[in-house]
Amino acid sequence: MPQSDRVSLWNCVSTAGNLCGRFLAGVDATVTLNDLASGSCLGGRAEELRGHSVLIATADQLSAALALIELDGVASRLVLWPAGLPVEYLPFVIASAAVDSIVSDGTIVDADFTCSPKIAPAACDRRASHATEWILLTSGTTGRPKMVAHTLASLGGAINGAGGTGDRAPVWSTFYDIRRYGGLQIFLRAILSGGSLVLSSAEESTADFLNRAGAHNVTHISGTPSHWRRALMSPCAQKIHPQYVRLSGEIADQAILDNLHSSYPDARVAHAFASTEAGVAFDVRDGREGFPASLIEHRGADVEMKVEDGSLRIKSSRTAARYVGQEAGVIQDAGGFVDTGDMLELRGDRYYFVGRRDGVINVGGLKVHPEEVESVINRHPHVRMSLVRQRKNPLTGALVVADVVLEPSPDSAAQGVENEIFELCRRALPRHKVPTSIKFVDELAVAATGKIVRRHA
Amino acid sequence: MSIRSEVLAQVNQIAKEQDKRLAPLTDDLALLDSGLDSLCFAIIVARLEDQLGIDPFSNTEEGFPVTLGEFIKFYENAAK
Repeated sequence: MPQSDRVSLWNCVSTAGNLCGRFLAGVDATVTLNDLASGSCLGGRAEELRGHSVLIATADQLSAALALIELDGVASRLVLWPAGLPVEYLPFVIASAAVDSIVSDGTIVDADFTCSPKIAPAACDRRASHATEWILLTSGTTGRPKMVAHTLASLGGAINGAGGTGDRAPVWSTFYDIRRYGGLQIFLRAILSGGSLVLSSAEESTADFLNRAGAHNVTHISGTPSHWRRALMSPCAQKIHPQYVRLSGEIADQAILDNLHSSYPDARVAHAFASTEAGVAFDVRDGREGFPASLIEHRGADVEMKVEDGSLRIKSSRTAARYVGQEAGVIQDAGGFVDTGDMLELRGDRYYFVGRRDGVINVGGLKVHPEEVESVINRHPHVRMSLVRQRKNPLTGALVVADVVLEPSPDSAAQGVENEIFELCRRALPRHKVPTSIKFVDELAVAATGKIVRRHA
Repeated sequence: MSIRSEVLAQVNQIAKEQDKRLAPLTDDLALLDSGLDSLCFAIIVARLEDQLGIDPFSNTEEGFPVTLGEFIKFYENAAK
């Protein structure tokens, strides 16, 4: 059998040693890495997936984590289906990523290969024969997910060796789903830096998760500012005693940084900038919002950054390779930079994030496209036009609000119409997309392009 | 209207709008056990900012309130 010198997750795990002491903990089960050395979450059938394009679609994150460890270097492509993605996109994803095999726990889709956290004894050939392509799904502008191609090298580029400080191996945890970029970073940190991992679950309350993380003595934990705002409102926030607290995925404001510092005085609090396309760019460890202006155009490091037209551009070995599928667009410009679409403002010697250029409203980590809400409001017969915008909120980052221009009509009593618009939106939209207030205005500004003037701040 | 009654009025109103069943509103009720989720509290904070003209969450040095009583106190202190 030909030997391969390719790097794979399993290679990294099996050469690191101390497999008995390292674990992956889900809600209902805990698996040690040593269990995987002589067993399989796939009933020993991983070899049948060698060279295949595999969709991993499970409700349970632990099953998915185990399948990733078994199949990296074996499958040619791994497509990660995150919790909460509407199943109506399955055929689109399967076709676009040329998926030929499905690994599932039977919850989301019928499985060709069943995986479960019950490790069955099996002799596995985990020789790494492929530089497996990892496909992450991220929300696209049309609502259909964009499929972003990475490799283990680009995903793991920001992770340097042992992450532990002191003599104890790190126990990582994250509020994120590990099938999304922010969570995947934590999964890989745990696996590649000799640690363990406590996984979250969409089904579990914040309090239960914090209790479980506390019981496993979590040392390193990450989440979005919204995750953390919710966590700090729980009395169970004191059940964990982390050495390291990480924020990413949203703008980390000074209030949340200060609150984390006072809740966890012994922890280092860092906020990171990363995106699915651009990869991890940097983290900020001085406890202040924004980042030092000196980070920009600081060459020589493995990441190069610049600000153009107000938005952050990133060039690094950690950026995604490309989008998969048709009409997918390009990730890097000709110079190799990824435009993050995140708008920056320079104040003094620091840059601050002010919002998204494309105007997506981020309600506690959930994206809202103003246009889709407007299209619902505009269905009301008395509505002429509407502009949906964000209102800043200290708990969810933003809320959705609407400015509405009514048809001039003697019988459109505003109160009745307002209730009808709310009702229309509640029927047609998920809760976070329903405007929380409606303001009736006389007119909305329209630009020369014929489009409503949007102010994204 | 006192700050306490304004807060309680908004809690009841949002529970109704968001179709949530409220636990009995006592001062020691943990906010996370109230039956309201983060989106509900975000809306309550926005409405209270409109009604009272204050948003104590935006620049706080203290920790976040955990119980309903602390939540009310949070607003009462900010209004001082």
